Amino acid sequence: MKILVTLKRVVDYNVRVRVKNDGSGVETDGVKMSINPFDEIALEEAIRIKERGEADEIVVVSIGPDASQQQLRTGLAMGADRAILLETDQWVQPLTAAQALLNVVEAETPDLVLMGKQAIDDDCSQTGQMLSALWGRPQATFASKIVFNDRRAEVTREVDAGLETIAVELPAVMTVDLRLNEPRFVKLPEIMKAKKKPLDSKPLAELGLSADQDFEMVAFEPPPQRGGGKTVESVAELVDELKTRGLL
Amino acid sequence: MAKVLIIAEHDGRSLSPATAKTVQGAHGLAADVIDVVVFGDALDAIAQDAAKLAGVTCVRVVEDASLAPALASRLAPEVVALSEGYTHILAPSTTFGRDLLPRVAGLLGCNQVSDVMEVVDARTFKRPIYAGNAIVTVRVPDAISPVLATVRTASFAAAAASGSAKVEAASAQAQDPGHTEYVGAEGSSGEGPDLSSATVVVSGGRAMGSSENFELIGSLAKKLGAAVGASRAAVDAGYVPNELQVGQTGKIIAPDLYIAVGISGAIQHLTGIKDAGTIVAINKDPDAPIFEVADLGLVGDLFQLLPELEDAL
Ligand SMILES: Cc1cc2nc3c(=O)[nH]c(=O)nc-3n(C[C@H](O)[C@H](O)[C@H](O)COP(=O)(O)OP(=O)(O)OC[C@H]3O[C@@H](n4cnc5c(N)ncnc54)[C@H](O)[C@@H]3O)c2cc1C
Ligand SMILES: Nc1ncnc2c1ncn2[C@@H]1O[C@H](COP(=O)(O)O)[C@@H](O)[C@H]1O
Repeated sequence: MKILVTLKRVVDYNVRVRVKNDGSGVETDGVKMSINPFDEIALEEAIRIKERGEADEIVVVSIGPDASQQQLRTGLAMGADRAILLETDQWVQPLTAAQALLNVVEAETPDLVLMGKQAIDDDCSQTGQMLSALWGRPQATFASKIVFNDRRAEVTREVDAGLETIAVELPAVMTVDLRLNEPRFVKLPEIMKAKKKPLDSKPLAELGLSADQDFEMVAFEPPPQRGGGKTVESVAELVDELKTRGLL
Repeated sequence: MAKVLIIAEHDGRSLSPATAKTVQGAHGLAADVIDVVVFGDALDAIAQDAAKLAGVTCVRVVEDASLAPALASRLAPEVVALSEGYTHILAPSTTFGRDLLPRVAGLLGCNQVSDVMEVVDARTFKRPIYAGNAIVTVRVPDAISPVLATVRTASFAAAAASGSAKVEAASAQAQDPGHTEYVGAEGSSGEGPDLSSATVVVSGGRAMGSSENFELIGSLAKKLGAAVGASRAAVDAGYVPNELQVGQTGKIIAPDLYIAVGISGAIQHLTGIKDAGTIVAINKDPDAPIFEVADLGLVGDLFQLLPELEDAL
């Protein structure tokens, strides 16, 4: 089995993102960047599948600026075999990302595409579903458990009501949730070794995708701030406050 | 003028409250027509509930055994088949809508607006990004039709049950792609009010320490008629099942009263409670970030304070 894993370069999840004063975007200069946490879990899963002997190759792919090579190198150090970068300095919206990924899927013919359930920058949660629609293949979103049985996979999904299990035929697209696994730390020797693994980079523009479905980002603003809170000294005072506010 | 199609969410027995909130969201589009489509099997009661939602023009019922339980790959082509003539297609921003609508978008070859929190006009919407640390206003260019959007249910009240729309049967038009099969589901016993729509929620975090200790949360919730929630750390530690998780990757909720116990207040958790009326935090660390958003903060040991609070009620 060949697995394709998508890795998006995003602002690290620990960074408290701020909107620029002029409302033209969010402040990303000098901010720590990382692999989207859900994508890291997708890659960890792919590596575990390979370690179990159920896969023989893992290809990681990213669409983004040249600096995304850092995240791809980290992916290689974790255990991916090859990396592909579709380079662009534009902000890529989900449909374009899905179309670009379809291109890679058609060239690479993977049995499985593992992706994050959402990118923690745009929080869209769309790209995996779009890719599977464009590809005409099954989707299993929000996966918290994946079990293979020949050319079928049973996927447990985290849904609002609890857990749901579906079975999909391969090839398929799966998007992963946090509880699927805990990604490993990369060790220094792996990072050195990863430098020798192949990383192919080409401009996204070469694919000739049009951006005419793109939405216009009109303005960015900080979220409404909650009013200053109050510290109460005792349970009795808390209960009084709640009563005054008509909440008890 | 806008002509809206809303994809109803239900569990085979009743209409989900998320649908009424999506209808409310659609009111902001100044639409001539708001139709609701219900897919599944044996849908009479569900269709009747949808027909009562204020502002709904027509409920279109597509009954077919192969449409239940809902699978995105089966439903998406049906939505596309019905989409003719509509300017907007909406679904709730629940795991149901977030699974289905982007697949519809893929089939139609367009982008989708995720998590609409405010309708500015029929093509302009506000939505949260970066776990709610920024709000972006997006405009859908005129060339794109229909406009696809999921509606963030915590941002809208439920549409009133005061209408009486007509109910119309429609038939399934697309083929089952046959590559995806429903296997089964498990959920909690459903005791107490539903977390997504409860007016009071009590949540526990990692500090609860065990599922036995988490009973302290359960019993306080019972006393308050509240739903139980949890942080991701509490879910990951196995104290409670995943469907109780509140936050970026759990449920986004807007209760009148939210009580966070032994929760530090990571941004991913806070994004789930931004719209709560009053936030109460109980935490032994006076510097915990939860106190920055709490309306009422009580510093101390939860194992001492929770029993005290229960007694005081
Ligand atoms: C991509 C991503 C998505 C995420 N999504 C979510 C999400 O949806 N929801 C979510 O909750 N988290 C989410 N997280 C995790 C989040 O970052 C935090 O790790 C998590 O919320 C911490 O949970 P906690 O507050 O229970 O635990 P901790 O951060 O460990 O906090 C425990 C708190 O309990 C207090 N405490 C300890 N003992 C006592 C006591 N005896 N009495 C009173 N107080 C006590 C401590 O002072 C501390 O503040 C996500 C993380 C990532 C990377
Ligand atoms: N530019 C990108 N490069 C690599 N992967 C991406 C990119 N955009 C989206 N993805 C993948 O699609 C998932 C969902 O993204 P989104 O739909 O933007 O929330 C992410 O977790 C990634 O796995």
